[in-house]
Amino acid sequence: MSKKAWGIMFLCAMLVLATGCAAGGNQGGGENEGGFSAGLVTDTGGINDESFNETAWAGMKKAKKELDADIKYLESKRDDDYNPNLTKFSREKRNIVWGVGFKFNKAIPEIAKQFPDQKFGIVDDNLGGKIPDNVVSVTFKEEEGSFLMGVIAGSMTKTDKVGFIGGITSPLIKKFEYGFRAGVKAANPKAKVTVAYAESFKDVAKGRSLAANMYNDGTDIIFHAAGGVGKGLFDEVKTREKGKYWAIGVDMDQSGLAPDHTLSSLVKRVDVAVFDIMKDMKENDKFPGGKEVELGLKEDAVVPAKTTSKHVPENVMKKVDEYKQKIVDGEIKVPSTEKEFKKYKG
Amino acid sequence: METMQRRLRESPVITSVVSVLLGMLVGAIMMIAAGYNPIQAYQALFMSAFLMPYDIGETIRTISPLILTGLAVGLAFRTGLFNIGVEGQFIIGQLAAVIVALKMDLPPVLHAVVAVLAGALGGALWAFLPGLLKATRGVHEVITTIMMNFIALYLANTLVRNWLSQGADSTETIPESASLRWDLLSQAFGNSRIHFGIFIALATALFMYYLLWKTTLGFELRAVGLNPHASEYAGMSVKRNLIMSMMISGLFAGLGGASELLGTSGYLAIHGSHTGIGFDGIAVALLGANSPLGIVFAAVLFGVLTYGGPVMQFEANVPTEVIRVVFAAIIFFVAANVVRWMMSKFGNKAVKKSD
Repeated sequence: MSKKAWGIMFLCAMLVLATGCAAGGNQGGGENEGGFSAGLVTDTGGINDESFNETAWAGMKKAKKELDADIKYLESKRDDDYNPNLTKFSREKRNIVWGVGFKFNKAIPEIAKQFPDQKFGIVDDNLGGKIPDNVVSVTFKEEEGSFLMGVIAGSMTKTDKVGFIGGITSPLIKKFEYGFRAGVKAANPKAKVTVAYAESFKDVAKGRSLAANMYNDGTDIIFHAAGGVGKGLFDEVKTREKGKYWAIGVDMDQSGLAPDHTLSSLVKRVDVAVFDIMKDMKENDKFPGGKEVELGLKEDAVVPAKTTSKHVPENVMKKVDEYKQKIVDGEIKVPSTEKEFKKYKG
Repeated sequence: METMQRRLRESPVITSVVSVLLGMLVGAIMMIAAGYNPIQAYQALFMSAFLMPYDIGETIRTISPLILTGLAVGLAFRTGLFNIGVEGQFIIGQLAAVIVALKMDLPPVLHAVVAVLAGALGGALWAFLPGLLKATRGVHEVITTIMMNFIALYLANTLVRNWLSQGADSTETIPESASLRWDLLSQAFGNSRIHFGIFIALATALFMYYLLWKTTLGFELRAVGLNPHASEYAGMSVKRNLIMSMMISGLFAGLGGASELLGTSGYLAIHGSHTGIGFDGIAVALLGANSPLGIVFAAVLFGVLTYGGPVMQFEANVPTEVIRVVFAAIIFFVAANVVRWMMSKFGNKAVKKSD
């Protein structure tokens, strides 16, 4: 055997030694006796995405405080990480394991089949209607909240040009787009909506360049539904004239990113949804397995951020409330797809 | 004694092993500085990869594509080419494999074989162009292959969006007949996603060894890598060997992409950026000193680190990013050949003392 080979054997032996010495480390754990425990797996956006992963984690933290739950999260770096991450929590037999984001729509059914006794939750996807009995799917009527953002943008634009930046083209983000377009149309039929997709949820630079192009083109208000990409929008709007250029955030109140340039944010109460389901599980032992829990304006799950009134004048706020009431009453059916939008009269 | 020492000093194995240790030391220092316990973290890291059959299976799954992309980079290196395009060739391999898997209707086994071959062919063709440009026009392969990476990425995204799915962000899951997974194997490893890719990878490593050291073509490839002018003078066609080297390198990368798609994910999703498996191949080849056996071991190490990273976060609360720092530090120590410098310092002293 050559020297090279011996050396490599040595490397190998060293690795085995290193692992061998480590034997006896504590494993598993995480379960507090009789208590409630939950795990959360983020999609590739990460836990601090200032978007739905972070909001979902806020719901978990609330569960820790109010339900005394043992909580933990795992971040996914690649799509391939979803399966092992879900498996890790399932092996710990946590009461519920959450997969946040529609990207989990292939991993959750697969792991749910492998762990029939483990309960799972998926946010933002209904698994095409085929939800296993040990999975609950939480979806939102994003189009309803986006409609209100459209009303704000349509009423406040001075150039009659507003913009929309989407993440990866998908039925989910299309719900935002068409809801927003419908809202703009309702409030200001003259206004033109420019739409761009970043085809990413984390490319901040792309978000910034898309936003810069739109603003340079005369657009004065941009709404985004693009996860981390949206940070680029705020980076860009901050550098521009106050009171003239605006951004509208998504998922959580993003006004902190650019306090003087943020008109509003569409807050998606992923935290409330996640918390409510866990509360029901702990206190009433109820789990809506196999069902899709769909939340909209009626449930106050897709609402304008509290800080909206800071820059939006009262007459517009009133208009928003009127439209909200109409949607809750069913007078307006907000379109969520291209087809529905074409039929929509405004 | 002195010759022994010199041999040791020049051995790439020592360089690699010491670099790994130094890299992990840098990681440990970082953890201490940030207030984490490095011993606990490394324990979690290495334990996790072998904790249960499932973990072993998933670790092997992580290792398989790294071996193939590492071999791809290593082979091109042998001919003096720096193929940064492994990432793109990997994507094309995935793309070709998913097209065959979804669009063709073939019996089991044959379907998978055809899909794997299509992926390999796709990767080889994708690498042909940079090879051709290098050989005929002298265009530096680093530039062309980097650009080809982006073409591959966005080509795949566009095709997934407009042709392979109805406007969704990923394709359908491939049919069972094209899958590289085998139920018995998966069950033996606790229902993990281990698949035949590992056997493809190991066979490819053997093939690379045979090609480089047992065939005329391999001899020529290495000769061109060592000295193209001398090779030319000796009557070898440098152009032909450059193109061949790129194509075989692309073939390995394509195999990696195909086996990863057919075995691990089973679908192709739209990616905002590169997966990084191809780029990790560069690190693997570097650490493995471009030898097939070295690359296999380097891939094992990187695979364990990659799979164990999230667990380290899970068990010891150390951020996963630390693992990337360890990666980078290892590469740094290998590339800068810090070890050799250290050895020459210590080695000389030792020799003087013994005099």
